[in-house]
Amino acid sequence: MDLRFTPEEIAFRDEVRSFFRTQIPQAIRDKVSAGRHLSKQDFVTAQRILHARGWAVPHWPLHWGGQDWTPVQRYIFNEELQSEAVPPPLPFGAQMVGPVIYTFGTPEQQRRFLPRIANIEDWWCQGFSEPGSGSDLASLKTRAVREGDEYVINGQKTWTTLAQYADWIFVLARTDPAAKKQEGISFILVDMRTPGITVRPIVTIDGGREVNEVFFDDVRVPAENLVGQENKGWDYAKFLLGNERSGIARIGLSKERLRRIKRLARETPDGDGTVWDDPMFRRDVASVEIELKALEMTQLRVVAADARRGAGGKPDPASSILKIKGSELQQATTELLLRVAGPLALPFLPDADDGVLHNEPPIGPDWAATAAPQYFNNRKVSIYGGSNEIQRNIIAKAILGL
Amino acid sequence: MDFDLSEEQRLLAESAGKLIEARYGDFTRRAAYAAEPDGFSAAVWQEFADLGLLGLPFAEAQGGSGGGPVETMIVMEAFGRGLVLEPYFASVVLGGGLLRAVGHELVARVMDGTARIAFAHTEPQGRYNLHDVAVTARRVPGGRVLDGAKSVVLHGDSATHLVVSARTSGGRRDAEGISLFLLDAAADGISRRGYATQDGLRAAEILLSGVAVPDSALLGAEGAAARVIDAVVDTAIAALCAEAVGAMAALQAMTVDYLKQRRQFGTAIGSFQVLQHRAVDMLIAVEQARSMTMYAAMMASEPDAAARRAAIAQAKVQVNRSARLVGQEAIQLHGGIGMTMEYKAGHYFKRLAMIETLFGDTEHHLRIAADAMG
Repeated sequence: MDLRFTPEEIAFRDEVRSFFRTQIPQAIRDKVSAGRHLSKQDFVTAQRILHARGWAVPHWPLHWGGQDWTPVQRYIFNEELQSEAVPPPLPFGAQMVGPVIYTFGTPEQQRRFLPRIANIEDWWCQGFSEPGSGSDLASLKTRAVREGDEYVINGQKTWTTLAQYADWIFVLARTDPAAKKQEGISFILVDMRTPGITVRPIVTIDGGREVNEVFFDDVRVPAENLVGQENKGWDYAKFLLGNERSGIARIGLSKERLRRIKRLARETPDGDGTVWDDPMFRRDVASVEIELKALEMTQLRVVAADARRGAGGKPDPASSILKIKGSELQQATTELLLRVAGPLALPFLPDADDGVLHNEPPIGPDWAATAAPQYFNNRKVSIYGGSNEIQRNIIAKAILGL
Repeated sequence: MDFDLSEEQRLLAESAGKLIEARYGDFTRRAAYAAEPDGFSAAVWQEFADLGLLGLPFAEAQGGSGGGPVETMIVMEAFGRGLVLEPYFASVVLGGGLLRAVGHELVARVMDGTARIAFAHTEPQGRYNLHDVAVTARRVPGGRVLDGAKSVVLHGDSATHLVVSARTSGGRRDAEGISLFLLDAAADGISRRGYATQDGLRAAEILLSGVAVPDSALLGAEGAAARVIDAVVDTAIAALCAEAVGAMAALQAMTVDYLKQRRQFGTAIGSFQVLQHRAVDMLIAVEQARSMTMYAAMMASEPDAAARRAAIAQAKVQVNRSARLVGQEAIQLHGGIGMTMEYKAGHYFKRLAMIETLFGDTEHHLRIAADAMG
C-alpha cells in the first residue's frame, strides 16, 4: 500500500496543470472561480482548446479521440480541471450522449455525431426529466409514435440545462405504453431546429437561466435517429447515468473554492483584523477541509478499485457515497463563502455576473455580489443527478442489502 | 498510488482476523478474560507473542518483523472488531514505540510478551497537552529521584515496566526539559491504584514518591523527550484510528444485520426508509473514517513533524466524528437491546466513546488542524 502518486503521475499532473494555466484564457477561469455564469462562447473556447490538445474526451475510445489513460490519470485530469477552474467539456455531449452513441449507436450515427461532440460543433442537451417524472424517471410520459420513417414526439421535458444554446437533444420517450414502465422507453436524438419544439427558460432562485422547459408538439424525427433498439432506452439511460459518476464528487472544485475562501477571508476586514482571525471561522474551515480530505481518499480508493477491476467493470456503488458527500461539501463551501461576504452578500445585483462594466459604483467587492447566488444555486447539487435521498436508497439496496 | 495490501500484509490481516475471531468471536469470553487478575487473557497475550504480533513494529535486526504504520493499522483494526482487552496498544504501540525510538534492549522482552510497558505520561492537570509535565526528577549523585502523580495510565496496573515522563528542566508546559525514564513497575516508591475503564479495559493512578533511578534509566537525551513523545503519540493516534475503524465497521455491520432480522408491524424494520437512510449514513461515516485512517497511516512516518501533526489531527477529528455518529446511531437503531450490558453493540459504543477522548478529543484536534492552516 502506497498512497502517494508515482513520479510519473506527478509529472502528468504538472503537465496538465501547466497546460490549464497557460492555455485556457484567464478571463474564463476567473469567471468559473468567481461562480459567474459562462457564455456559450466561453464553453466552446475552452473545449476547443482542450480538444486541440486531445483532452476534450479523454475517457472515450482511442479512435474517437480518447486517451489511453489509467484511472489514476483520469482522476488527476478531472481534479486539475476543477482545481484550475477550467470549464469542463460540455457534459451532455462528452459524458452523456457521446458514450451512449459509441457504445450503442450505428456506425453512421457514430461518424455523424462523435467528432462534432468532441469539438463541440453541436451543443447537446438532456431530455430526461419531466414535470411528473423526477426521481421516478421511468414514469415519463413523453410519447414517440412510429409513423413510417419517422417518430412523432409529443410531451414535455424539464430542467433541461442550457437548452437555450442547444443544437441537439437526446430524449427518453415512451414507444410502448402497454409495456412495464421501464420496458417501453426509447432513446432518440432530436435536432432542436425541428418544427414543434419550444424552449422556455426557468429562472432559478439565484436569478440564473441555466435550465429550461422543452415542449414537443408533433415533432417529427427521422427513425434513423433512434439509438440502439426500440424500447431498450432505459438500459441506455442507466448506462449513461453510470458514466456520469466520473468526477462526481467535485473535490477539485471544492478545494479551489476553499483556497479562494481562505484568501478572501484574509482580505475581508472584521473589527481590528480580518474574518480569518476569528478562530470559530477557521475551525469551521478546518472541518470542511478535513471532510474533503477524507472524501479525496475515498475517491482515490474508488479509483484504485476501478483500476483493479479493469475497463467495463460495473459502477461501484461506493460512487453514491461520493455523490452524497461531494454535494454536501460543495454546499458547505458556498456557506463559508457567504459567511465571508457577511452583510455585503445582501445587495441583489442582477447584472453582477454578466461581466459588463456599469456606470453605477459597485457595492462592496465584486466577489461578494455572487456569494449569495452561488449559495442559492448550489442547493441544486444534492438534487440533480439522482437526489441524495435516491443515492441513499441505492446504497441501502446495493451495498447494505436492505 | 496503490491501495492494495502486499501479500505479506494480506496474510497478516488474515491471521490476525482469524485469531480474533477464534478468541473473541464468542462475546461471552470477553467478560471471562476481563475477570482474570490482569484484566485480560494471559493465554491470548501469549498467542500474540507466538504469532509474532508483539514484534510487529520492531526492526528485523532486533528480532521483530519490521512492520510500519500500515501493519499496525491492519492489526489494530482486527483488535477493534474483537474489542480486544490485551495491552497491545499500551505495551507495543506506545511503550514499544518509545523504546524503539531510543533503541532500548528491553524491546526483546516486549516482543516475547514477558515485559509489558505502560507509558506513565498524562497527569491530573494535563488534559491533552503532551508537554504539560509536572512530575519532577531531582538530581542526586548517580541518578535522579522522581516525585509526582501520573493519571489514567493505560494498563498501568499490570505493566512490568513504566516509561515515566518527568521534568528535568524548564516550566510546567515547556516542550524543552522533559525526559523519559524506564522504571521497574515494582520499584520502591511507586504506588499504583488500578481500575477498570468505562470500556472494560484497565488503567491506573500512579504515585511516585521519592523513586530513585540510576542514570542508566534515562531514555534518550536528557530534556529532549518532547520530540520523541510527539512522534510516538502520533503513531499511536493513527493506531487508535484503525482500532476505531474496526469497531465501527463491526458495529455498522451488526446494526444492518439487526435491521434485517428485527420485525415490527409485520415486517423487517430494515424495510423502513428512514432507518435505511440512517444505516447508509453510518456506512458513509465508517468509510470516511477508514479513508482518513489510511491517510494517518501514510502520514505517521512523515519526517516533517508539523505536517505529520496536522495530518494526524485531521484524521482524529474525522474518526472521532464518525465514531460518535456510528456509535449513537447503532444504539438508536437497535432500540432497547442496544442499552443492555449483555449485548455487544453497547460495548462497541463505549469503546468508541473512550477512543474519542484518548490523546485528544475532537475539539482539541480541530484546533490543531485549524492552527495548521496558518
